Amino acid sequence: MAAQVSSGQGVGASLQRKEDDRLLRGRGQFVADIRLAGMKDVAFVRSPIAHGRVRGVHVPEELRDRVVVAADLEGVKPIQAVSGLQGFKPSDQPILAYEKVRQVGELIAMCIADTRAHAEDLAALVELDLEELPAVHDMLAARQPGAPLLHEQWGDNIFLETFVDVNMEAALDAPIKVTREISTARQSMAPMEGRGTVAYWDNRMGQLVLYTGCQMPHIVRTGLAECLGLDHHQVRIISPDVGGGFGYKGILLPEDVCLGWFAMRCGHPVRWIEDRREHLTAGANCREHHYRITGYADRDGRLLGIDCEATVDSGAYSSYPFSACLEAAQVASILPGPYDFPSYRCRTWSVATNKCPILPYRGVARTGVCYAMELVIDAIAREVGMEPHEVRLKNLVRPEQMPFDNITRKHFDSGDYPEALRRAIAAIDVPAIRARQARPEPDGRLIGVGHAIYCEQGAHGTSVYAGWGIPMVPGHEQATARMTPDGGLELRVGVHSHGQSMETTLPQIAHEILGIDVAKIKLVHGDTEYTPYSTGSWGSRCAVMAGGAVATASREIAKLAEGIGAHLLQAKIDQVELVGGAVVGPSGSVTLEEIARTWYRRPQNLPDGVDPRGLEVTIGHKPVRDSGTFSYAAHAAVVAVDPELGDIEILDYVIVEDGGKLINPMVVDGQIFGGLAQGIGTALYEEMNFDASGQPLASTFADYLLPGPTEIPAPRLEHMETLAPYTEFGVKGIGEGGAIAPPAVIGNAVNDALKRYGVELLHTPMTPRRVLEAIRNAPVREDRGPEAMENMRGEFA
Amino acid sequence: MKPVNFDYVRPRDVEGALRFIANDERAVKIMAGGQSLGPMLNMRLVQPDLIVDITGIEELRQVEEKNDTVVFGACITHADIEDGRAPDVTRGALRTVARGIAYRAVRNRGTIGGSITHADPSADWISILAALGATVTLRGPEGSRSIPIENYIMGALEADLRPGEMLVSVTVPRLSAAARWGYYKSCRKTGEFAHAIGAFLIDPERDVCRAVFGATESRPIVVADARRLLGDSSAPSAGFDSRLADELVEAGGMADPIDRQIHVAALRRAVEQAGAA
Repeated sequence: MAAQVSSGQGVGASLQRKEDDRLLRGRGQFVADIRLAGMKDVAFVRSPIAHGRVRGVHVPEELRDRVVVAADLEGVKPIQAVSGLQGFKPSDQPILAYEKVRQVGELIAMCIADTRAHAEDLAALVELDLEELPAVHDMLAARQPGAPLLHEQWGDNIFLETFVDVNMEAALDAPIKVTREISTARQSMAPMEGRGTVAYWDNRMGQLVLYTGCQMPHIVRTGLAECLGLDHHQVRIISPDVGGGFGYKGILLPEDVCLGWFAMRCGHPVRWIEDRREHLTAGANCREHHYRITGYADRDGRLLGIDCEATVDSGAYSSYPFSACLEAAQVASILPGPYDFPSYRCRTWSVATNKCPILPYRGVARTGVCYAMELVIDAIAREVGMEPHEVRLKNLVRPEQMPFDNITRKHFDSGDYPEALRRAIAAIDVPAIRARQARPEPDGRLIGVGHAIYCEQGAHGTSVYAGWGIPMVPGHEQATARMTPDGGLELRVGVHSHGQSMETTLPQIAHEILGIDVAKIKLVHGDTEYTPYSTGSWGSRCAVMAGGAVATASREIAKLAEGIGAHLLQAKIDQVELVGGAVVGPSGSVTLEEIARTWYRRPQNLPDGVDPRGLEVTIGHKPVRDSGTFSYAAHAAVVAVDPELGDIEILDYVIVEDGGKLINPMVVDGQIFGGLAQGIGTALYEEMNFDASGQPLASTFADYLLPGPTEIPAPRLEHMETLAPYTEFGVKGIGEGGAIAPPAVIGNAVNDALKRYGVELLHTPMTPRRVLEAIRNAPVREDRGPEAMENMRGEFA
Repeated sequence: MKPVNFDYVRPRDVEGALRFIANDERAVKIMAGGQSLGPMLNMRLVQPDLIVDITGIEELRQVEEKNDTVVFGACITHADIEDGRAPDVTRGALRTVARGIAYRAVRNRGTIGGSITHADPSADWISILAALGATVTLRGPEGSRSIPIENYIMGALEADLRPGEMLVSVTVPRLSAAARWGYYKSCRKTGEFAHAIGAFLIDPERDVCRAVFGATESRPIVVADARRLLGDSSAPSAGFDSRLADELVEAGGMADPIDRQIHVAALRRAVEQAGAA
C-alpha cells in the first residue's frame, strides 16, 4: 500500500495555483476568445413585455434565411425540468416563444449576421405583434386567487407547495413569541463573464460541438440532446475557461438549444455572447425569498419552536436541471440550521411570476434561510434581554451530540458549533463594542455588532437527490487516472473548475498518494469527449466527490504500479510499497518513471501474467455516507450606521470556519473571501427591481450595484479543523459558505445599531433609503423633520 | 449592445467641427471623451449618422491661466486636473473633486466639457463648478457666448446648446487666499453616481458665498448668497440653518423628504468642511 512522504505539495499545502500562470497573464481561453473560420454572430429578438399573447412575428421576406422563429424549430422540444415532488406542476420553457411570452427578455427570434452589430440591426427589423396581458411580478400577489395566470392550465401560479409539521402544537403556548416578515431581494449572480455559446456541426465526428461556459457539461449534453432529439454521442459539450459560474452556468439555456439547432443546418459556426443587459434583465436572476416566521422560546432564551411560511419567486419557468422548486423545497429542510429545538412547522410555495426563472446562486436557499433564522434569533434575544450569542449558545447543536440528526433529519456529521461562535465573539470583542456604544461617536454615527452562524450541507448525493426526482441525481463520482510513458499523470474528471482551483488541488490529492510532482500531473476537464460522466460542479461537491474519486483512482494506480514494480524488483507484491514516487522492495527500488516507461515502451521486460489494466483506471467514488458534509462558520461584524445619510460601513469582520481537512488552505481562504464579497452584495447593494408591469429596472451596472474593492473589508479569518467522518482525508465542502452569512451578520449588526430607535431592518439589501425610512418610521419619535434629525446627532441613550 | 453604423470624423480645429455639426440633414453627435456617449451608443439609446470626435482639436486641449481666472479647454480630462497637469486656482477644490469622479479609467478619457454638456445632474463638475461660479463658453454660427454653468444646465441630460453650437471652454474664477470650500458627495460605493451632493464656497475677499445642492432630479439648486444658510455667526457651520436649507431644496422641486434630508445633510457637511479647511 502507498505510504505518504511529506513533500510540501500534498493535501494541506498552500500551493500556488497552476491555472494562474495563464489566467493572470490574460492568456485564458473563454468562449468569447474562440474564433472559428466562417463564424457568424447571433442576436436575439426578445420580448419587450412581461406577459402577452404572441399574435404575430413578422420577418421581412428578404431576411427569412437569417432569422429563425418558433415555427422553424420543427421537432425541437421545449425545456422541461420536472421535479418528482408530489404536486409539482411542470412548465414548458419554449426555445423561441410562440402563443405567449411570460417574461421580459424571453426569446422570440434569432438573427444571424457577420457581426453582432449587424445581427442587432436585423433584430430591429423584426416586428412583434404582442397582445399585452396583465403581468404579475409580486410573488405574494401571484399566490392570491384571481391573479393573472402564467400557465393557464394550472389554475393558479404555484409550481409547488410543501408542508412539514413536527409537533408544532407543543410550542404554541411558549412565553416568548416573536413574528417577523423578512425578505431578500431578487439578485443577479453577475459573474465577470456572462454566458456565451459557440456551436458548429463536425461532419467527420457526426457531432454537434457546443462550446459554452458551463459548470456541468455532461448535464447540458443530456438536456440538449433531449431537446434536439439527438443521441448523446452526437453532442459534444466543451466548457473552456469560465469566468465565474456561481450557479448561472449550471443551467441549460434556450439560447444553447437555438444555436445548436441552427448549427446543425447552416454549415458554419455560430456564436452568441450574452451582453450585460441580457444578463441582468433576461437571464441571470436569483435569491428572491419572503418569510413570515415566528420563533417560540422560553424566557431564558431556549428555542421551543419555529413556525414559518416561506415563499420563493421562481419566475416564469422551471429551469433545467434544478427545477423551479430548488430553493423553496430546500428552505423547509434547512431552515432550522444548526439549532436543536423540538417543534417545527414550515409551509413553502414556489411561485410563478412574470420574471426570469430563478436560478441557483452560491449558497442556494441557505443565504435567505440564514438571514431569516438569525434575524429571529436576535429578535428573541432582544425580547428576553440577553446577548444574542448567549441565546445562540443555548440552542446550538453540541459537539457531544455528533453525529446529530436534526428536526428535519439532516445528518450533521461532525463539528463544534458553540466553539466556532465563542471564537468569533471573542475575536470581535463584544464587551469592547458595548463599551464603545455607551459613548457618542465623534462623527455622530451609530455602532452595532452582529453575528450569525450557519451550516453548509455540501456534496449531498444520491440519497438526498433521489427524492427530488429532478432531471439529474448524483451517483458515484468518477475519475480517470492515467500514467503517461514519461511517468507523469493525467487526471480526467467530469466536474468543471472555474475558480475552484481544481487544476491545482486535484493534482495535490494524486500527489499525496503517488508522490508524482504536481507539475507533472495534468487535470483534464470541461469536455464531454474526454471526461467521465458527472453531474458537474455545484453544491460544494467537487473537493469531496471529485477529490475522493481522484484519491480512489490514484490508489488503484499505486496498486498497479506496485504490481509492475514487484516484477521489476523480482519481489513478491506484499514485499513492495510505493513510497515517494518509487516502488521499494527488499533488494532496491524502481521509480514510477521507470515503471511507466516499462509498461508503455518496454513491455518485453514484463512477464505474461502482468495485470493487463496497465497504468490506467476509471473508478467511481462515494463517501461512506452520502447525506452530505456539514461545514459551518460563525461570522461577526461591527458596523457604523450614519443616521443622517443611511450609509452603512463595515468596520470589522471576523470569520471562524470549519471546513474539515483543507486540501489547499490558501484556496479555501480565497473561496471564503470571494463568497464574503458576494454576501456583502446581498446585504447592502444588489437588487433587481421591477415596475408594476414587470419591467426590470436595472439593465446596467449603473443601476445594479455590485460591491467593489473599496466596499469589501479585509476579514479576519480563523480555521477550525474537525475532520469529516465519511470523506477522503476528512474534507468538507466549503465553496458557498462565505456568501451565506453576511446578510444575517450585517443585518443583525445594523439592527443592533438602530435598537435605540426601536426599529429593525428586515429586507435586503439594506440601502440608505431603507435605513432612513426605518428611522423616520421609528415608533419612539414623533418629529422626523431635519431639525429633529440634527438634534439626534450626538444624543445618546 | 453594439452601436448602429455611423460615420466618424476627427477635425483639427473648432471651425472644422462647427462645419460638421452645422449639417442638419444628419444626426450628429460630438464625442469629447466618450465615457457617457460610448455606453449610450452601445445600448443604441443614441443612433447618430455621424460622430465628431473633438479630442484632436488643439485649442480644446489648452489651459490658459489669467490673473483672476483659469480657462480650461473643453477636452481637458478629469485626470489632467487630478494629476495637476492643469493649473489649479481653486485651492485644491477641482483637484480633489476630480479624484472622486467615477473610476480612474473614466478619468483618463472623460473630459470636463463632455461631462458638463452631457448634463447628468449627478456629475461632480456641475456641482462644484456652480459653487465656484464658473462660466462656460459656447461657440456657434452666431459667434461666441458665455453663461454661468448653472444656466447652461437646463435639466437632466439637457444643456442650453443652440443648433450648431458647441462648448469650447470653462472659465473658473481664481479664489482668494482666504477662500474656503467644501464638497460632500453621498453615494454607496466608489464610482457610483451620487445620490446627493453638497458644494460650498466662502471667499470673503471677493465677497462670494455660494452653495449648491447637486445630484437633484434636474438642474442643480444654487444658493448665490449662501450666508443666510449660516445663521448669525460668520464662522461656517456654527449655525447651519437646516430648516432653511430644507425649504430651499423643497422650493427647488424636491418633494421626497428623504431626498431632502440627504441633500441638506450633504450641504451641511460641505459647509463643515469649509469651516475646518
